[in-house]
Amino acid sequence: MTGAHPLLSVRDLTRSYGTRRGCADIAFDLWPGEVMGIVGESGSGKSTLLGCLAGHLVPDAGRVVFDTRAEGPRDVLAMAEPERRMLARTDWAFVHQNPRDGLRMGVSAGGNVGERLMAVGARHYGQIRSQALDWLGRVEIAADRIDDKPRQFSGGMQQRLQIARNLVTGPRLVFMDEPTGGLDVSVQARLLDLLRGLVRQMGLSAVIVTHDLAVVRLLADRLMVMKDGLVVEQGLTDQVLDDPQHPYTQLLVSSVLQA
Amino acid sequence: MKDYNFAYLDEATKRMIRRAILKAVAVPGYQVPFASREMPMPYGWGTGGVQVTAACLTPEDRLKVIDQGADDTTNAVSIRKFFQRTAGIDVTERTHEATIIQTRHRIPEAPLTEGQILVYQVPIPEPLRFLEPRETETRRMHALEEYGLMHVKLYEDIARNGEIATAYAYPVKVQGRYVMDPSPIPKFDNPKLSDCAALQLFGAGREQRIYALPPHTQVVSLDFDDHPFVAAKAPHACDLCGDAASYLDEVITDDAGGRMFVCSDTDHCATRRASGHAGRLGGSEGAAA
Repeated sequence: MTGAHPLLSVRDLTRSYGTRRGCADIAFDLWPGEVMGIVGESGSGKSTLLGCLAGHLVPDAGRVVFDTRAEGPRDVLAMAEPERRMLARTDWAFVHQNPRDGLRMGVSAGGNVGERLMAVGARHYGQIRSQALDWLGRVEIAADRIDDKPRQFSGGMQQRLQIARNLVTGPRLVFMDEPTGGLDVSVQARLLDLLRGLVRQMGLSAVIVTHDLAVVRLLADRLMVMKDGLVVEQGLTDQVLDDPQHPYTQLLVSSVLQA
Repeated sequence: MKDYNFAYLDEATKRMIRRAILKAVAVPGYQVPFASREMPMPYGWGTGGVQVTAACLTPEDRLKVIDQGADDTTNAVSIRKFFQRTAGIDVTERTHEATIIQTRHRIPEAPLTEGQILVYQVPIPEPLRFLEPRETETRRMHALEEYGLMHVKLYEDIARNGEIATAYAYPVKVQGRYVMDPSPIPKFDNPKLSDCAALQLFGAGREQRIYALPPHTQVVSLDFDDHPFVAAKAPHACDLCGDAASYLDEVITDDAGGRMFVCSDTDHCATRRASGHAGRLGGSEGAAA
């Protein structure tokens, strides 16, 4: 881990859909090993922002500078497509809210985990398989399920498989879009536990988009609150959640149901 | 003969197809789109191959047509007659006499020579089709050389069957660049694709794609380090000509489990028998045929 540059540095990022604002003037730095949460209600521009960062959407303006392994800080948006896609399957990972978007449902669990390895040149079946087994173990999927297809898995298992598939190449930056959405609470808790462990062990940096404040409190070091495509408040997670300054953040924090 | 332009297609169409062929030869393994025409036969019967053959034919050419290696199957006979009638060219069943060979599902056993053209009929030119259904995405994957997915298919084969069970249309990499579907030839024929002296052209009529392997192009079958590619065939010798090294068809001969293995390449088998080779049943049936 270098300490000289932020891993990801975003400036003036703007994306609109016609005259409608997706997100505007977003700026932040993400340092190695740091986890940042982005919260806000539906339509506040969270997913647009994440899409722009991960290269799924083309922003209208702004810069996304990533500290690459080989060449130091580079503007991702100015990269050629092969380079960006290479980055996306080596140093980056993207965990979709719906595992169906992130997995190949017709390919076995082992094949799903192995795909990224094969995409970066692994050509030894035995090694690919043992690495897949290792990762299935880390995300608590039994070894005898390695040849089963994801559609035979429960929702929580599919999500864990998606995480294994993404982390197998040892990325440095993970984008997560509502990783616990649609799962029941006990499954959510185990998934969060797992994610927290992996993030700490591997020293991952992550950007997590969610509307669940409990998730960010557990996972995120820093928090950004979005409304109508703008960042209304950002700071340390505990600070923002315990002492919200902006009226919208206050509303958000006070809206959480107390169990 | 007067009722048709030479080789059925009009000259402008042939020129368009030749342009696609030239481009395909210039970029080995790359699928070149072309404006495939309606042919007087249904898709799946070799409309792509027929158009490529028509664009390559000259009045001096001698044409051979094979289907699964055989010169005497319906598809082969029909296409051969088609070009006899519309182009008035000579035809042959001898591999070494032919200047153009249109084939479906086989490469002849006899080595091809410089100056020959082998035209394949291709049903699905896109090797990534069943892994990634979006054509926009597969084209991008070819452009960016993202072929990890092809190995996922082979991985799945091994995981499920203990070996690479893909037996035909086995994916290959051309000259270290494009991954290509060699058309549904048995993987036994894959090694013959590489460093072949003849020009190999692939035509897919319904899919409107032409691709090519210029002579002496390097073609490598994809595999894993610990599961290398094996050119498999039935572990028998031909019952008619006794060849143990040629690709075989299994023929059921009665209702009591009787069967025989015969060369799928009829010309190869006939040539061997004519020069005195005989297999297990070669004495009786070989002499009769």
